[in-house]
Amino acid sequence: MTLDLSRFHQTFFDESFEGLDTMEAALLRLDPAAVDAETINTIFRAAHSIKGGSGTFGFTAVASFTHLLETLLDQMRSGKRVVTAENVDLLLKSSDAVRELLHAAKDAREVNVALIAEHQRALETTLATDGSASAVQVSAAPEALVEVAGGWSIRFLPQASLFRSGNEPIRILRELATLGPLTAEPVLDAQLKLVDSNPEDAHLGWQLQLAAPVNEAVVREVFSWVEDECTLVIEPLRAPDTKPTKPQLTVIEGGKGREAPEERRVSHDRRVSDRRSEAPAASGNAGGGSIRVPTEKIDLLINLVGELVITQAMLAQQANGLDPTVCEKLLAGLGQLDRNTRQLQESVMSIRMLPMDFVFSRFPRLVHDLASKLGKQIRLDTIGADTELDKSVIEKIADPLTHLVRNSLDHGIETPEDRIAAGKPAEGSITLKASHRGGNIVIEIIDDGRGLNRAKILAKARSNGLDVSDAMSDSEVNQLIFAPGFSTAEVVTDVSGRGVGMDVVKKNILALNGQVDLASKPGQGTHITIRLPLTLAILDGMSIGVGNEVFIVPLASVVESMQAQNDDVKTVGGTGRVVRVRNEMVPLMALHDLVQLPATTQREHNLFILIESEGRKLALEVDELLGQQQVVVKSLESNYRRVPYMSGATILGDGRVALILDAGELVRRTAPSLAA
Amino acid sequence: MSAATTLAPTHQGNTVLDAMVQEYLTFTLGEEEYGVDILKVQEIRGYDTITRMPDAPDFIKGVINLRGTIVPVVDMRIKFKLGKVVYDEFTVMIILNLGRRVVGMVVDGVSDVMQLNPDQVRPAPEFGGGVNTKYITGLGVLDQRMLILVDIEKLMSAADMALMDVQAQSLQ
Repeated sequence: MTLDLSRFHQTFFDESFEGLDTMEAALLRLDPAAVDAETINTIFRAAHSIKGGSGTFGFTAVASFTHLLETLLDQMRSGKRVVTAENVDLLLKSSDAVRELLHAAKDAREVNVALIAEHQRALETTLATDGSASAVQVSAAPEALVEVAGGWSIRFLPQASLFRSGNEPIRILRELATLGPLTAEPVLDAQLKLVDSNPEDAHLGWQLQLAAPVNEAVVREVFSWVEDECTLVIEPLRAPDTKPTKPQLTVIEGGKGREAPEERRVSHDRRVSDRRSEAPAASGNAGGGSIRVPTEKIDLLINLVGELVITQAMLAQQANGLDPTVCEKLLAGLGQLDRNTRQLQESVMSIRMLPMDFVFSRFPRLVHDLASKLGKQIRLDTIGADTELDKSVIEKIADPLTHLVRNSLDHGIETPEDRIAAGKPAEGSITLKASHRGGNIVIEIIDDGRGLNRAKILAKARSNGLDVSDAMSDSEVNQLIFAPGFSTAEVVTDVSGRGVGMDVVKKNILALNGQVDLASKPGQGTHITIRLPLTLAILDGMSIGVGNEVFIVPLASVVESMQAQNDDVKTVGGTGRVVRVRNEMVPLMALHDLVQLPATTQREHNLFILIESEGRKLALEVDELLGQQQVVVKSLESNYRRVPYMSGATILGDGRVALILDAGELVRRTAPSLAA
Repeated sequence: MSAATTLAPTHQGNTVLDAMVQEYLTFTLGEEEYGVDILKVQEIRGYDTITRMPDAPDFIKGVINLRGTIVPVVDMRIKFKLGKVVYDEFTVMIILNLGRRVVGMVVDGVSDVMQLNPDQVRPAPEFGGGVNTKYITGLGVLDQRMLILVDIEKLMSAADMALMDVQAQSLQ
């Protein structure tokens, strides 16, 4: 049978990268002063699955490298090696090497051989030099060990479904036999009736006796692929001289086990392995099972639900005219449909939601690495990591956030000496905070560094030829750092300071219909606030009527709607018009001119909506205000092309298409032309 | 809103399975009869509510909601200055599926589906009527009728159709 394994490669890579992330997170949690066994186990499991998977799929480079990593981890796990900061650093670097190897394998490209070899050497050196320390460590904690010279008694009862997952007990038994003399006694399910037995089920179990003085972990590893599909009881064979209360160390000569001396932690007496209860801890993520679904499938589902919502709205509209006494049941049914549709929509939308942790989790590593590189001491706090956000938004916000955090690290936080001189604690602090506010998510990056230097920014802006004056408000000055090519760093480091970035950050955030604000106090720190919509798929909009057409204005950019007196509207230079809103003169555009619709007669209302984007305001003259509603955003570009002033389209309750106005583009195109 | 018309293929000529035989959906624009590859046709619909697009040439009528997809509609009668531009219950729209894009086109009328052998197709002449000859793949001759066979995909993605962004055009 030839099996094409390549179709599983994607899953393997996905899982491996996820495993690496878990590993990295756990490594950063690992405190050499207080080692938590479960954390080491998490790291070990992650490394182990990568090794197993890469072996299976024939990525030998990955497998052999991970093997070294695993050996080191195993020594830590068993307490033979002390967890030191250097070791953790080595492991972090090694996980990078594994990542590099995996990327190379994934893209079928050349590996950075020198880098890998260097890490491999470092690992090997560590493994070789510190090996003797294990004995010291072991004798220092003899109560943690138990003798297993007698071998193991293993009860292995596979679940009926074992064969369906492609496992073969015979192979497991053979593998066990390579460890030492093995006797096997079959255990037959007593209740089994031949008539109703399924030939594809596994009915046979085994009572095994392995007379090999090996580590329990070695025995368990043999069963690693079937652990969650069987009942596995591993107990030491009762040898007369074995007493757990009086453990001692034995030296094995020529043992087939991977390591000597062998040991086992007494504390690990949960012999019945039930992986299902362990699974949540193993993955390090919040509990429950999960399945991997391609994003396109979810998008399709969201689209379909969007259609359903529209159809439902259409039905509801039609049903409005019905006589409640005659059509009672129909109306009740429609009400039910309404509720169900809404619930369905909510739960489908929630599938796309990911916790902010998805992005936040990359920062401890980044901060750790950068802080040591820059010689700074930095504490990173994350608050609200479980705040949920649409996957598409999260993916697009990751890079801007990374950039902002790097900036804070590089420019914001001072060196320990400077901080002490300024009367601040030597350790700087960066706080990442995510929270829901209204229909938005607010992400804050707060540092207690030196803050922005107003004079420096103004000077730099002048030298860049920007139009600035000393009279500008602080917030206007702060916004300058988002201008292209702007960097006040004296030295360009490889961390930041090249002046590309902040403008890109702002552009990316605006592209997500978001806003970024910056507040800073000299000497006290900087506070960056990013406000983003929860999802790009649904938009809160105000529907407005112009002629016979309906347009949607994103509610986030609507400031107010109003009816102006005739003398509030003035012309500028004959063509441009402005309207007075309280004491402000705001440029005015008629929406029907913008979208080239035939003018309607009833334009005496002087009805305006005031929109604001990027700090600029614009009044739009409309015919009527129709109401507020949530709309499903559809792309115009998938079948058509970009339309000026429009960010997309949606389908209204009556099945018609309505265009969604792009407030940003409107103010950009119209407001400056009036000001100029 | 008139219901989608079902297409009944009319069998003309021999019924021998000939891989070279191509089927064309025929439609009229004024006095001229055109044919497009049937495999590019998704469905035929009546003309219904359409949303106008700003900054679009007059032959782009706007977009419609085709079961949740937003589809632009081109009026070929305006584009090629053929036929009478009226919109009533007899106005039909051919929904074309051109690989990754869906486009609707308004025509005077849809006639039938015809099968053409390669020997019934004549090379396109160097002059054309409304349609630029570079989009004409040939002339189909069948009894007294003459079909202008159009490479509809090429035609619809042409720059002067203004149906897609410049970047999208270079991708296609």
